[in-house]
Amino acid sequence: MSAKSMGGLESPDMTAHDGSGHETAYTPVFFGETRKELDTLLSRYPTKMAALLPALWIVQRVHGWVSEDGMAEVAELLELTPAYVKGVVTFYTMYHQHPVPKYFIQVCTTAPCGICGADEVVKAFLQQTRTGELGVPSPDNKYAVIEVECLGACGFATPIMINEEFVESVTPDKVSTILARLP
Amino acid sequence: MGYPHASHQRETAVLSQYFGDTEARTLDGWKKRGGYQALEKALAMAPADIVNVVKESGLRGRGGAGFPTGMKWSFMKPGDGKPHYLCCNADESEPGTFKDREIMRWTPHALVEGCAIGAYAIGAETAYIYIRGEFTEPLLWMERAVQEAYAAGILGPNAMGTGKRIDVHVHKGAGAYICGEETALMNSLEGRRGNPRIKPPFPAVSGVFGSPTTINNVETLVAVCPILMKGAEWYKSMCLSNPKSTGTKLFSVCGNVRNPGTFEVVMGFPFKDFLYDLCGGPATGRKFKAVIPGGASVPIQTMEEADATLMDYEGFVAQGSMLGSGGVIVIDDAQSMVRVIARLARFFAHESCAQCTQCREGTAWTTKILERIRDGQGTMEDLDTLMSIAYNMTGTTICVLSDSCATPVISGIKKFGHEFEALIHGKRIHSVMAAVA
Repeated sequence: MSAKSMGGLESPDMTAHDGSGHETAYTPVFFGETRKELDTLLSRYPTKMAALLPALWIVQRVHGWVSEDGMAEVAELLELTPAYVKGVVTFYTMYHQHPVPKYFIQVCTTAPCGICGADEVVKAFLQQTRTGELGVPSPDNKYAVIEVECLGACGFATPIMINEEFVESVTPDKVSTILARLP
Repeated sequence: MGYPHASHQRETAVLSQYFGDTEARTLDGWKKRGGYQALEKALAMAPADIVNVVKESGLRGRGGAGFPTGMKWSFMKPGDGKPHYLCCNADESEPGTFKDREIMRWTPHALVEGCAIGAYAIGAETAYIYIRGEFTEPLLWMERAVQEAYAAGILGPNAMGTGKRIDVHVHKGAGAYICGEETALMNSLEGRRGNPRIKPPFPAVSGVFGSPTTINNVETLVAVCPILMKGAEWYKSMCLSNPKSTGTKLFSVCGNVRNPGTFEVVMGFPFKDFLYDLCGGPATGRKFKAVIPGGASVPIQTMEEADATLMDYEGFVAQGSMLGSGGVIVIDDAQSMVRVIARLARFFAHESCAQCTQCREGTAWTTKILERIRDGQGTMEDLDTLMSIAYNMTGTTICVLSDSCATPVISGIKKFGHEFEALIHGKRIHSVMAAVA
């Protein structure tokens, strides 16, 4: 199933929207403190490969997404091939393979939230962020809204994630307040 | 439990005793509440004796399969010369389930303690807690708890001054439901795509990093602490129905119910009382229509079945479903069952790892057909096709995600077929009218 038919459940492709038309040079991540952080991670596992998911999280923390250059840097450090790393990155939904807007809003619409009005929450976000469509950035490139599969907080319908922040019990009338407090 | 509502008098709060109590999150607060006494006691015992106590208690896996925990631990043979590993499955992703999240965000040290005991019992020096990436708050509390435990010498090369090495590490997932399947979890932990592995070899023979491994659910490991402190007899005595189901169980309740949240009851508690008394029944003017009692992967129950259920492993099976993870999804009469099942199918289609054809294609076909029926474009033949696909998806793949997608379809069509037919015939009537006009 394509991302589109699933309601845009993957990172939106921003390359067509940034308008710059050229790529900026990649700044390596694993130097100084970050390199030490990786060394600590490596000490926890019997293989270098096991540090792959945590290392990719660090790349995303620093750059906001995981570019092919980021994958190549991780691959070299962990003695893997870039192709292998890309294979892993593309398996997991939380690694952004493209730059995302400042606020990446994920609304859970799986069945338990779906029967508690999650679709109305999605509508409110699409309208008030002026994104209009799932996975499409807002005109000011501040927001993107996607549907996400079960966030594991079904008793607090509807849970949403704004970047790394989890917000519980969201109803359509709370959306304006939630957006207003985002700087 | 104390959050998000006061504990109900008919609950038996053993694991959820400190939910909502922010002090219990810190090491000092946890110790004041009797924390780490179970670990201290465990480290003075022989590992085989711990396994025996857990066996005797009747504790069964709380992640869904209900396998006896003590027996699982006894598969880990001591002295085989290989490193052993414990993996704690905190990838809680089964729709309807959010009990482990509550354990980790309110009593993170309980899980650290449970992991340390489990690791020692199976002869492992290292335990990994695999937490789904979306659980940012539980991750924060677990990482803090692990740091505190290292700083206090509870974990590390000289755990609690006993000279034994116990390491516990938190590993953050990156968004994949399938990583809650134990062999997929191990692949993911190793830095691979989260594809399930063919069994055998079973994890106890060749698990993570090719070494003997035990994978336990969060709630299972946390339950070991009170079992060690109060004894197997005490735990076994908590049983209202079948003696094969002992202790307390956390049920997370969501959907169209007045008081959603996590409730802890003794195994065998009447489900009717649970739904109408503890959970407060349906909203005003509504009636319950169906319940999915153990997470999205178990068969849907009618209210007749649910009302007759005693809440334990055998009790749910006797009434056409399974206890599963204890994630109770309640559906009221304002909902369309076709819509609910179509949305569940979409979940499984999105989460299929796509290794096996039956699952990759089956989940997608099922979703397309169900959404067609939902939108009034279905035919009666579609129901036969759905059933045929569902049977071909059952028992034919590496893991049970495929079966999990088929389950709500089969039980839904069998028990709520009239709703499918009404939508299909509605379309027929509609098109006949259009032809006349």
